[in-house]
Amino acid sequence: MLQFILKRLGLAVLVAFTVSFISFSLLFLSGDPAAALAGEGASGEDIEALRTLYGFDRPMLVQYGDWLFSALRGDFGESYYFKLPVATLIAERLTVTMLLGLCGITFALVTAVPLGVAAAIRPNSLIDRIALFLSVAGQAMPSFWFGLILIVVFAIKLGWLPPSGAASWRHFIMPTIVLGYYAMPAIMRLTRAGMLEVLNSDYIRTARAKGAPEVQVLFKHALRNAIIPVVSLAAVQMGFMLGGSIVVESIFALHGAGYLAWESIGRNDLPTVQALILIFSMFYIVFTFLADVLNAWLDPRMRSS
Amino acid sequence: MKNLSLATTLAAVAFAAAGVPALADKANDTLNVAFTKELENVDSYFNSSREGVVMQRAVWDGLIYRDPATNEYKGNLATSWSWVDDTTLEFKLREGVTFHNGEPFNADDVVFTVNFVADPANGVKTQRNVNWMKSAEKIDDYTVRIHLKEKFPAAIEFLSGPVSMYPNEYYAEAGPSGMGLKPVGTGPYKVTSVVPGQHFVLEKNDAYHDSPKGQPAIRTIDIRTVPDVNTQIAEIFSGTLDLIWQVPADQAGKLSAMDQFTVANESTMRVGYISMDAAGRSTMDPNPFTDVRVRRAVNHAIDRNAIVDNLLKGSSKVINTPCFPSQFGCVQDVTSYDYDPEKAKALLAEAGYADGFTTEFYAYRNRDYAEAIASYLNAVGIKTDFKMLQYSALRELNMKGEVPLSFLTWGSYSINDASAMVSQFFKHGSLDDARDDQVLADLTVADSSTDPAERIDFYGKALKRITDQAYWAPLFSYNTNYVFKKSVNYTPTPDEVLRFTTMTWN
Repeated sequence: MLQFILKRLGLAVLVAFTVSFISFSLLFLSGDPAAALAGEGASGEDIEALRTLYGFDRPMLVQYGDWLFSALRGDFGESYYFKLPVATLIAERLTVTMLLGLCGITFALVTAVPLGVAAAIRPNSLIDRIALFLSVAGQAMPSFWFGLILIVVFAIKLGWLPPSGAASWRHFIMPTIVLGYYAMPAIMRLTRAGMLEVLNSDYIRTARAKGAPEVQVLFKHALRNAIIPVVSLAAVQMGFMLGGSIVVESIFALHGAGYLAWESIGRNDLPTVQALILIFSMFYIVFTFLADVLNAWLDPRMRSS
Repeated sequence: MKNLSLATTLAAVAFAAAGVPALADKANDTLNVAFTKELENVDSYFNSSREGVVMQRAVWDGLIYRDPATNEYKGNLATSWSWVDDTTLEFKLREGVTFHNGEPFNADDVVFTVNFVADPANGVKTQRNVNWMKSAEKIDDYTVRIHLKEKFPAAIEFLSGPVSMYPNEYYAEAGPSGMGLKPVGTGPYKVTSVVPGQHFVLEKNDAYHDSPKGQPAIRTIDIRTVPDVNTQIAEIFSGTLDLIWQVPADQAGKLSAMDQFTVANESTMRVGYISMDAAGRSTMDPNPFTDVRVRRAVNHAIDRNAIVDNLLKGSSKVINTPCFPSQFGCVQDVTSYDYDPEKAKALLAEAGYADGFTTEFYAYRNRDYAEAIASYLNAVGIKTDFKMLQYSALRELNMKGEVPLSFLTWGSYSINDASAMVSQFFKHGSLDDARDDQVLADLTVADSSTDPAERIDFYGKALKRITDQAYWAPLFSYNTNYVFKKSVNYTPTPDEVLRFTTMTWN
């Protein structure tokens, strides 16, 4: 088991650096970083000076090697844009993103799993239809639009919640709903499909036949088996939320890591982008790993493989 | 389960205690303002954004001040100044001024600041703001000389704009990063809190000297970065913001119709223009833009009035010069081209393009304006292969001379001197697609003459030549919309700088 984990971790690190190498190459092709740094109105000489100062005139592989070597020692360099250590910058912004991601995935799971179960127990009933409607709406509604509608209703018309910012827990309610709602449909449909399949299986019939209470049948026997793919999906969704909550962070002025990544790309702030890509890919890897462990706990058959 | 709910409650309580949102308003003398863009560094020498200029004017002072209404130069940290010779300026400094940290202001601060920013090794972001200065020299505690590298008549304008004075002892220790996090100046507002890029709190400087900027009235200015314009509008509706700016024309129009807020519109110095590869630097072959008739046809093809009236709106104006009309030397008596598509077609036919031609057409901002321009060009037979790029990418192509036709803009850093625009582009630098020797000669005289009449004369010559040869198609000036609550009293200035000092409560 330990060997298996070590192997997987080694692979994970390799994946992370492959991702970072590819992204480094792509960023390099996307435009002159010196011109972007110099900003509007810089003269040719300004740009040349910056190019030499930051070493953009060196071969790409040398620059990547440099970055990698420092990154391995935990030094992500200084943001070209903010002139602050990238590590400090990201640590500050990641708190908001992690909090938002955790709230979002919790909201999604807490609403989607019960709805999916309910829909599976009574397929084609009113509750199933409502669940279907909610999931279709969730997939169809762009989150920037949904976010603005919530702001209009709850911040302007009703005045219950602050429109944007991150100053108190009340500021996180609307972003959580928007972010979570986007992840809900997939989780709900997968729960429903899994439950339907499991509820028709032999062992459920056996459990019912031996007189087990329905609640026990549903949650102990059925859900535990049906939830396995949901766990994997939720892990991916969580990774997506941490790296991809750009729209939500932008609308609600949350200044998280997703928004920072998006803005940094436009500013050609290479050290920040590089560090964020590495961190985001690590997130995916860690969450997938955690999901495997959790699945192994849920399904003993997976432990041996 | 019990533990979990306890933990949740604790987390909620901790959160609630962490920050009670400050209520906007006149009642607690706090003006809440939004920035759209994340300001990189409050240290004004190390950012290149409009937000940075706003902060600079609030936190620091320059030796000289230009009254935005009359364009008259007045003493600020200096009480008087004179040219010792063509490259030496002498200043008498104001006595009794102190920085926000208590450090007294004197000649040492000026000497330190100038010598620091003029040294290219210190990496001031916009070099041309400072690279005309060689060094500074202390004569006595309140007399100082600034030595220029060469003749530079726009020095006074620069000293009243981007060059502000820093405290020598503090800056030597804190440096640009420290200054960015804990800014110290002599200005009307002191900075009490900085969360980089996100949140800035300014407090009125009660000990502000008798400056031509006037005394600040509002106690606290609370600035948050809210990237989404729609969210900013929601905030001003719900009362958590008092003032927003750079509001797009369509939204400003709707807000103005509601009569709940004051919507003010002011022009900015930014000029939109079309640049053409008259020198034939690009690989386009044959290159129609080397023919003056084609360039004039482009000028005649575009209905600039319609674009201004329908897209830019507000106080935007049609511009005929490669500079902003209020800039010193931006002579308006030049060749101008009215909208005349028939004439454009005739000129194209005369140049041998009766059936038109196809060209690449680049832009980096205002896609809607660029598309309008493209459709006007299509109408006279110039078919465009339209490419929208990031600013830095287009800039790179421009510098390499690979762009036959592009829609560009220039803001002159709000410097009210023609040299900040026309001389940037027509002196055979990497961005010069005209490469006209006569223009170069005229601009060289105009840029370095210390005789104002001679400067006007030579800028006039250069501008006439440029417009006659139609190297560019100057289009329009930009404008910006300011939206604020009725409780706020503010008159915006044409240089797109928010001046907190002139804001009051109604």
